[in-house]
Amino acid sequence: MTLFGGMIGFTTPWLLWALAALPVIWILLRIVPPAPILRRFPGIVLLFGLKDEDSAAARTPPLLLLIRLALIAAAILAFAGPVLNPAAKTEGRGPFLLVADASWADAADWSARRARLGAALAEARRAGRAVAFLNLADPAPLDLTFSDGAALEARLAALDPMAWEPGAERMGDMATALPAGRFDTLWLSDGLDREGKKGLATALVARGTLQVIESPRGARALGEMRLLDGKVTAKLFHPLPGGPPQAVVIAKGLDPAGIERELARTPVALTPGEAIEEVSFDLPSELRNRVTRLEIEGEASAGAVLLADDALKRRKVALIASGTPQEGLELLSPLHYLRKALAPNVDLVEGTLADALPAAPEVIVMADVARLPGEDADRLAEWVEEGGLLVRFAGPRLAAAVGLDGMRDPLLPVTLRPGGRSVGGTMSWGAPRTVAPFAEGSPFAGLTVPDEVKVTAQVLAEPSPDLADKVLASLDDGTPLVTRAALGDGQVVLFHVTANAEWSGLPLSGLYVSMLDRLAISSQPNRPAEKDMTGTVWQASRLMDAYGALAPAEDIGGVPGARLAGNIPAPDMPPGLYQSDERSFALNVLAPGRTLGPARWPAGTVIEGLDRAEERPLKGWVLSLAVLLMLADVLATLILTGRLKGRLGAPRRVPVALFVAVVGGAALLGLMGGTARAAETDEARLLEAAGGMVLGHVVTGDPRVDEMAQAGLSGLSAILTQRTSVEPGAPMAVDLERDDLSVFTFLYWPISLNQPAPSVEAYRKLNRFLQTGGMILFDTRDADLAGGGGQTPEGRRLQELAALLDIPPLEVMPKDHVLTRSFYLLQDFPGRHTSRAIWVEAAPPDAEQAEGVPFRNLNDGVSPVVIGGNDWASAWAMDEYGNPAYPVGRGLAGDRQREIAYRFGINLVMYVLTGNYKSDQVHVPALLERLGQ
Amino acid sequence: MSPAGPAAAAGLRQQAGGLADALPPLLAEARQLAAAIQTGEHGRRRAGVGEEFWQYRTARPEDEARRIDWRRSARSDQFYIREKEWQAAQSVHLWVDRSASMNFRSSERWPEKGARARVLALAVAILLERAGERFGLADDRAPPRAGRAQLGRVAGILADEAPLPEAEAALATATLVSGARALVLSDFFGDIDRMSELVLAAAARGVIGALMQIVDPAEEDFPFAGRTVFEMMSGAARHETQEAGGLRRRYIERLAERRDRLQALAAKAGWQFTIHRTDQPPMAALVWIHTVLGGAR
Repeated sequence: MTLFGGMIGFTTPWLLWALAALPVIWILLRIVPPAPILRRFPGIVLLFGLKDEDSAAARTPPLLLLIRLALIAAAILAFAGPVLNPAAKTEGRGPFLLVADASWADAADWSARRARLGAALAEARRAGRAVAFLNLADPAPLDLTFSDGAALEARLAALDPMAWEPGAERMGDMATALPAGRFDTLWLSDGLDREGKKGLATALVARGTLQVIESPRGARALGEMRLLDGKVTAKLFHPLPGGPPQAVVIAKGLDPAGIERELARTPVALTPGEAIEEVSFDLPSELRNRVTRLEIEGEASAGAVLLADDALKRRKVALIASGTPQEGLELLSPLHYLRKALAPNVDLVEGTLADALPAAPEVIVMADVARLPGEDADRLAEWVEEGGLLVRFAGPRLAAAVGLDGMRDPLLPVTLRPGGRSVGGTMSWGAPRTVAPFAEGSPFAGLTVPDEVKVTAQVLAEPSPDLADKVLASLDDGTPLVTRAALGDGQVVLFHVTANAEWSGLPLSGLYVSMLDRLAISSQPNRPAEKDMTGTVWQASRLMDAYGALAPAEDIGGVPGARLAGNIPAPDMPPGLYQSDERSFALNVLAPGRTLGPARWPAGTVIEGLDRAEERPLKGWVLSLAVLLMLADVLATLILTGRLKGRLGAPRRVPVALFVAVVGGAALLGLMGGTARAAETDEARLLEAAGGMVLGHVVTGDPRVDEMAQAGLSGLSAILTQRTSVEPGAPMAVDLERDDLSVFTFLYWPISLNQPAPSVEAYRKLNRFLQTGGMILFDTRDADLAGGGGQTPEGRRLQELAALLDIPPLEVMPKDHVLTRSFYLLQDFPGRHTSRAIWVEAAPPDAEQAEGVPFRNLNDGVSPVVIGGNDWASAWAMDEYGNPAYPVGRGLAGDRQREIAYRFGINLVMYVLTGNYKSDQVHVPALLERLGQ
Repeated sequence: MSPAGPAAAAGLRQQAGGLADALPPLLAEARQLAAAIQTGEHGRRRAGVGEEFWQYRTARPEDEARRIDWRRSARSDQFYIREKEWQAAQSVHLWVDRSASMNFRSSERWPEKGARARVLALAVAILLERAGERFGLADDRAPPRAGRAQLGRVAGILADEAPLPEAEAALATATLVSGARALVLSDFFGDIDRMSELVLAAAARGVIGALMQIVDPAEEDFPFAGRTVFEMMSGAARHETQEAGGLRRRYIERLAERRDRLQALAAKAGWQFTIHRTDQPPMAALVWIHTVLGGAR
C-alpha cells in the first residue's frame, strides 16, 4: 500500500486497520480524565460542602484528547512500517533481464546509472533470481543466458558507456533472439527514442513486466555545425524536459601556442517544450578558423561535444594572375571562374605574390603565370615546402613560356613538353577530348564527369617513368589533365587547362567546384555529400569516448568514405576525427538531420526516474514523533492538573516561556551567525600568509570538501608545530581566481566533481606558482588512481583540470624518492585510503645510482605536483579540541595509519620547504671524509 | 522504667537524645528571637506589693495604722503612707495548638505552622521568665511558675509535643488560673464553636489574652488547580474536586468569614486577635504578643 503517489509505503499495511479504532479510543479517552493529585491540606475544613462549578472539567480537555489521539495514530502508523520512496517490488521470482542502452547519452550521469544497475542486480541476486545482462551498445555477440549473476557484478562495475548508440539492426536481432520463457526486464534507458527501441520493448513486454529507469533530466546534445554568413551555428537538442533551464555552449580551439583554450561561450536558454535550440557564435574569421570543437559546459558526454572539421574552416586562398586586369574582358579573366567558385567558401586574397604571401594563405592559386621573378619564385617554393598547396592553371602565357626543349620548373609537378596541343578547333583535326573517369586512388575518385566537359587545348607533360604517379586526372586519350607532385611538406598541382573557359568547358561545370573541393581548396560549408566521398578511404586520427574526450585513435582500420558520409557512428566507426589526404572529417555523434526525441514505451511499462530517492524506512521517525507526543502529553497533563505548579511558580506561563526561549534563542543564534560572517579583507589574509608559512587549500565550491580540507590542514599544521620547527599559521582557503598565489608555498587541491575549471588567468597564475617553487598536492580522494587510467569520475575530473597545467612527466614515486626521507623514513603514504601509487615528477632518465650511496642522485628539482587519491585531509583532520575528526582504519592499525599519514604530511611540507636538501645529505659522509683528510 | 529492660532503657536514651537534639535549636531560636526585645526586671508602674519605693500618699481613714510611714509623716502635719511599686508576678498561660493540621507547610522555604507556634511560645516564655512572671502551658502538664527551671520544663514539653487529632486538641480552661493571661497560638481550623465556648469560659474566669491565627501562605492564597483530592493532615477526611482553581474564590470567602467570627469572639471576650503568616518573620508576631500581653494589665 502506498500513499502520496507512491511516495510512502507500508511494510505491514494491515496494521493500519487499527486506525479504525480511533473513534472508540476518542470516547474512552474523553470519559477518563487525568488522575487527581492527592494533597494534604489543613484548609480542607473550609472546603467541605463546596461543589465544583464546572462539571465539564471531569472530562479530558480537548487539547489533551487531540494529543493522545495523535500519539496513538502515530504509534499505529509507526508499527505499520512506513517507508519513504518504497521500491516498486517486482513481483514474480522468475529470471530477470537487465538491459542497458549504455550510449553516449548515459555518460553525463553514468556513475549514478551504474550504481542503479548494480543495485538492481544486487536486489535480484538477493531474491535468488537468475539474471542476465544485455548491453545494447556493445558490439559483442549476443549471449542471453540467465545465471546467478556473480560474474555480472564485476562486469557491471567495469561497464562504461559507448560513444555510439545501439543500432536498430542489433536491437531487431535481440527482439527476435530473446530466450524462451517468461522473464522480467529492467531497462536502464538513456531516455532517447531511436529506431528499434520500441520493437525491442514490445518484445520484452510480451515476456513479462518491463521496468524502465530513465533520468528525467535527459541528455543534451549538439549537432549540425554550419558556417552561415560567417557565423558558426549549431543546434542544441534537449529532448527531455527537466534539465536546468539554461546551458552554456563553449567554442574551444587552439591558441597560437597550440594549447586548447576556450575561444567563446554563449548561454542558451532552454525553452521547456522546445526540443531544439539554435546556438550561434559570431566570431572573427581568425578565431573562427581555430575552432575545433563546441561543447556544452558541464555535460560530460560525447553528444555534448561537436567536433569541427574542414566544414568549419574557411581557408585563406590567394588568387594570383599575371599581368594587369584587362578592362571589359571580365568573363575572359582567368580569375573570374576561380573567384566565383571559391568566394562563397573561402576567404580570398588577391594581388601580387608579394602582397599575398605575408597574409599566410593556406592555398595559392596561380592562373596562367609563367615565370616568377627569381626572388618571388624562391619565396613561393619556400612557402610550398613549409606545407602550402600551390595550384597552377595553364594558359597561353605558360604555353608560350615552354621553350623548344620543354620546361622544367620546381614549381611545376611535371616537365612540360614544348608546344601544347589543340584539338577539335577550326584549325585542327579530331573532336574535342572528354575527361576520362577518375581512377581509383585519385583524390577525385567517385566524382562523376559530366558529358559537356570538353577540352580543346592543353599543355602536355613530358613522358617520364613517374608521370603516371603524378596524374590525378586525365583525358579520355590518356593525356594528363591534372598532375600533382610533392614539394617539401607541401604540394604543387597543375591543371593542364586554363582557369577560364578558353581551353575547356571544365570551369563551366559543377565538376570544377568539386575538384577544387577535393583538393581542399574550398571545403563546402555543408557536409561533403556521400557522392563526394565515395571511393575514398579515411583513417581515424583522434577518437572520442562516451564522455566526449578525444584520444589518439588505435586499432581502427580505414573507413570507406561512403560509410563515413552516412554519419552514423558504430562500434567499428566511433565518433572522432578522420583524415584522408588533406581533408579531415569530423564524425559526430548526431548525424545531420537527426533529431532527438523522448523514448516511447509500450503500454504496461513501469517507468521510474533515475534519481529516485533511496528507500528510507520512516518507522523510527514516526515512533520518535509518538514519543514526542507522549512527552507533550505528559507536559500538558502536568499543566492541566496543576502538578507543575508546586515546582515552578508560574505554571501557566511555562509553555509560553519555553516557546519564547526557544524562538528567541534561535533568532539570536541566527542573528549572531549573520553578523559573525564579518568580511575579512583579502589583503589582511595575504599579509598573514606572506608573513609566515601558511598551508593553503584550493576552494572547490563543494562546502563539505572545503570544510574537510580546512580541518585537514589545521590538523597537519598543529602536528607540524608540535614536532618540527615549521610552525605554520592557520591554513587558508585559496580562491584561484582572486588570491595571489605567490605568497603560498603549498596548496592542497582536493578534486571535487562539480568544481568549475579555473579561468585562463588562474591557470596562468598556477603555472607561475608551479614554476617558482610552489607545490600542489592533488587528491582525488578515491583511492583508485592506482589504475592510473583515471577510471573514476574524480580521476577524469583531475585530468581535465590539470590539462592546462604545466606539469612535467610523472611517474609513480620511486622507493628512493626524497619524499621518503625528508623528515621521517617512510615506505607508505596513506591517508584515509592506503593506495601506494603516488605520482611525482619523473626522475631524469640519466639518473644513476652512485657507488656506495643507497639512493640515486635524482630530483634535482622539486616535483611541482604530487598526485594521489588517499584522501589525506580526512586523515589529518582535527576538530578544535585536537581529536581526529574522521575515522581512519580500525583500532590500533587505524591509529598507526593516521600517524603515518601525519608523517607523510610532515615529509611533504619538509620537501616543499627544503627541496632536495635531504638528497644532498647523502654526500655528507663523503664530504666529512674529505674534510678529515 | 524497668532497670532490667535494656530495650526500654535504649528507647529512653534514644528519646532523651532526641529531646536533647530538639531542645537546643528550639531554645536557641527562641532566645535569638527574644534577645531582640529588652525587658528586664521592671515594675508595674502602680502601687502594690513590691520592694521598690513607689510614692508617698496621704493616709486615708481606712488605711491601717501600721502602714503609716512615720519618718515622712514627722516632717509635716499629715500622715503619709509609703507605697511600694506593685511587683507581683502575673500568671501567663501559653497554649499551642497540637492538632495535626499545625504540621503543615506548603514550601520548604518556611517552617511548619506548629514549629512557628512553638518558637513563638517559647520566645514569649523566655521573655516572661526574664520579666520574672509566672508562666506555664494551658494544660496540666506545666502549671504557671516562675524561674529558669520552669523555662526548661516548658521548652522540654514544647520540643517533645506529639500531634493530636484535631478533635482532641483543646484549650483546657479548667487549669487556667483566674485572672491570669492566656496566649492561644492556633490555626483555628478546628471546631470554631468549641473554641468560642472555651475562650468565653476562660474570659468568664477573668482570664484575658490574645488569639493568634498562624496560617501557611497556601492556606491564605489557595494556589491549587486541576483535579485534586484534598486530605486532612490526619487523613481523617477527604474532599475531591475536578478543578481546584474553581474553588479558590469561595475558599477565600470562607476563610475571611472564619476570621470575622474569630475577631468577633475576641471582641466579645475582651481579647486580642491577629493573624500571622509563616512566610513572614516571627519578630513582628513576637512584638505584637509582647505588647498585647504587657499592655493588657
